[in-house]
Amino acid sequence: MTVEERQRHTARELDPDNPLPVITGGNTFETVSEQISSIVLTRKVPLFWWCMFGIGVMLLGVFGIAVSYLLGKGVGIWGVNVPVAWGFAITNFVWWIGIGHAGTLISAILLLLNQAWRNSINRFAEAMTLFAVACAGMFPLFHLGRPWLFYWLLPYPNNMTVQPQFRSPLVWDVFAVSTYALVSLLFWYLGMIPDLATLRDRSTGLKYAVYGMLSLGWRGSSNHWKWHQTACLLLAGLATPLVLSVHTVVSFDFTIAILPGWHSTIFPPYFVAGAIYSGFAMVLVLCIPLRAVYGLKNLITERHLNNCAKLMLATGLMLAYTYCIEPMNAWYSGDQYEIALVRNRAFGPQSWSYWVVILCNVLIPQALWFYKVRVNPKRLFAVSIVILYGMWLERFMIIITSLDRDYVPSSWSNFIATFWDNATLYGSVGLFITLFMLFVRFLPMISMTEVRELLPYSKPGGGTEK
Amino acid sequence: MRGEARFRGIVAEFDDPTKFVEAAKNVKERGYRRFDAYSPYPIKDLFSIVPGRNPVAPIVFLGGITGSATAWIMQYYIAAIDYPINVGGRPLYSWPAFIPILFELTVLFAAFAAFFGTLALCGFPRLNYPTFELSEFVRASSDRFFLYIESLDPIYDEETTPGLLRELGPTGVWRIEAP
Repeated sequence: MTVEERQRHTARELDPDNPLPVITGGNTFETVSEQISSIVLTRKVPLFWWCMFGIGVMLLGVFGIAVSYLLGKGVGIWGVNVPVAWGFAITNFVWWIGIGHAGTLISAILLLLNQAWRNSINRFAEAMTLFAVACAGMFPLFHLGRPWLFYWLLPYPNNMTVQPQFRSPLVWDVFAVSTYALVSLLFWYLGMIPDLATLRDRSTGLKYAVYGMLSLGWRGSSNHWKWHQTACLLLAGLATPLVLSVHTVVSFDFTIAILPGWHSTIFPPYFVAGAIYSGFAMVLVLCIPLRAVYGLKNLITERHLNNCAKLMLATGLMLAYTYCIEPMNAWYSGDQYEIALVRNRAFGPQSWSYWVVILCNVLIPQALWFYKVRVNPKRLFAVSIVILYGMWLERFMIIITSLDRDYVPSSWSNFIATFWDNATLYGSVGLFITLFMLFVRFLPMISMTEVRELLPYSKPGGGTEK
Repeated sequence: MRGEARFRGIVAEFDDPTKFVEAAKNVKERGYRRFDAYSPYPIKDLFSIVPGRNPVAPIVFLGGITGSATAWIMQYYIAAIDYPINVGGRPLYSWPAFIPILFELTVLFAAFAAFFGTLALCGFPRLNYPTFELSEFVRASSDRFFLYIESLDPIYDEETTPGLLRELGPTGVWRIEAP
């Protein structure tokens, strides 16, 4: 028996009791390397990639135009005005940064919990986090009015005798989001160095030079692995409270304000659950087409779809609970403004958004109770799209319905989104698609190292010749 | 090229992680100290066999402490000394409001320490290394395992060292003579 045959022979399932294996097919170390690196190095770029990249670049162009016009004219091109000063920009910010949270949950929390199934979806989920945070971070800056002065948000020695106000949650947010972006980037890159070395060793010419430099000279030495593994574990330990803190701080932007519908202690867990909910929806929206187009169904299996769907169901139920608690709190507080707010949300001029949110985030996702929905890519994709839309609308609903009915009825108004509001939102989707497609084209979208570890043969003393 | 190539060491290639770990154990038991083991994924059994300390955790801890101290001092200095704002008579040193940024900077500095600390320990970026001279070594990042004994090892012997490696069941043994 050759060594490859032996590897195939012993590539049993990790968990024989589970009907859905983590990875299927007779994989060997070499087939794993070949399957994943060939997407980047040798295989013909599929039509799907060109289509998606084309759509992404077109929307990115829309984004460029919208942002240029914004920089020229100011935030008046959006539908925002007093009292609804937050509008789409902050909705998009909260939506995008929430999407990022699933990537960190997969890469950090599931690593600490020793969930082996995360290994094959970890890399692209982290990339998703990074690009979602990049999209998110721009919106508060554009919303500043004079985005070119964004550096005033940071404490630095200056001659204006002005410094950030550290008692403001908006300043906390600057630190939380920039820390999140940087830590996600470092974690993602550190984890990718060994895979970049694999790409280096399988390529020639310019690719060899580029991947060679990016892999920094990684050679797989035992001591390097030891330090690398410790660093990854510690980064996971740091990212775990970080991911919970980021959306908590985002929710502080709302809760610290004494506005009915925002000033609530349930917001931090409510926002974190919603973030992970929408993030897993995005993970599924990305991985369902990718596994079909690139033939990765042996690595991203029905087990992954099933587990992601279960996590979505769990966080969705937490969200449904907070939807129930909000009217309860308003009623129990006896505060007339809180009660009026709840009635405005459910029956006011923007009530359609409230009921669509209930439909998209609570009612339709109940389909995930059914196994046949959880392991069916098409149905799961449809439910995920619904959740992504529902979660965007939820943030829109929270922001608009709390602001448009001010304390004094004379200052009430309605928010009407303009063309440029929509152009910036869809444009940011274009930025995300473009960045993600470039990632899929040029970097290994599944961690080869971690998939090798999933092969039973990889453990010394495990799965030797029968 | 200056002068003659300097002899660097002996490399043995393995195709089986079990044999490979056994071989590394054997090399260590024979008293070799300057050897290294290369694998395409982390093998935990090797961590105690190949000599080398693991100072990553203390480095990260120091990074975290530095971050906490930076955040605390910065916020105290700015809010209480450099730019004091009286908000309804509340204390200038309102420390509970400083906790979120304290936490964020602790994590940020610790993450920087983890990332750059690891690269520094590995000596990265370092694009050349004697083992890269061996064309077979490209498989070290895919499906082969390599054991490397340096010629500088005090008990390295021109006869017995390659002999020992050949006994351990490798798929190949090579000399590396890097410039």
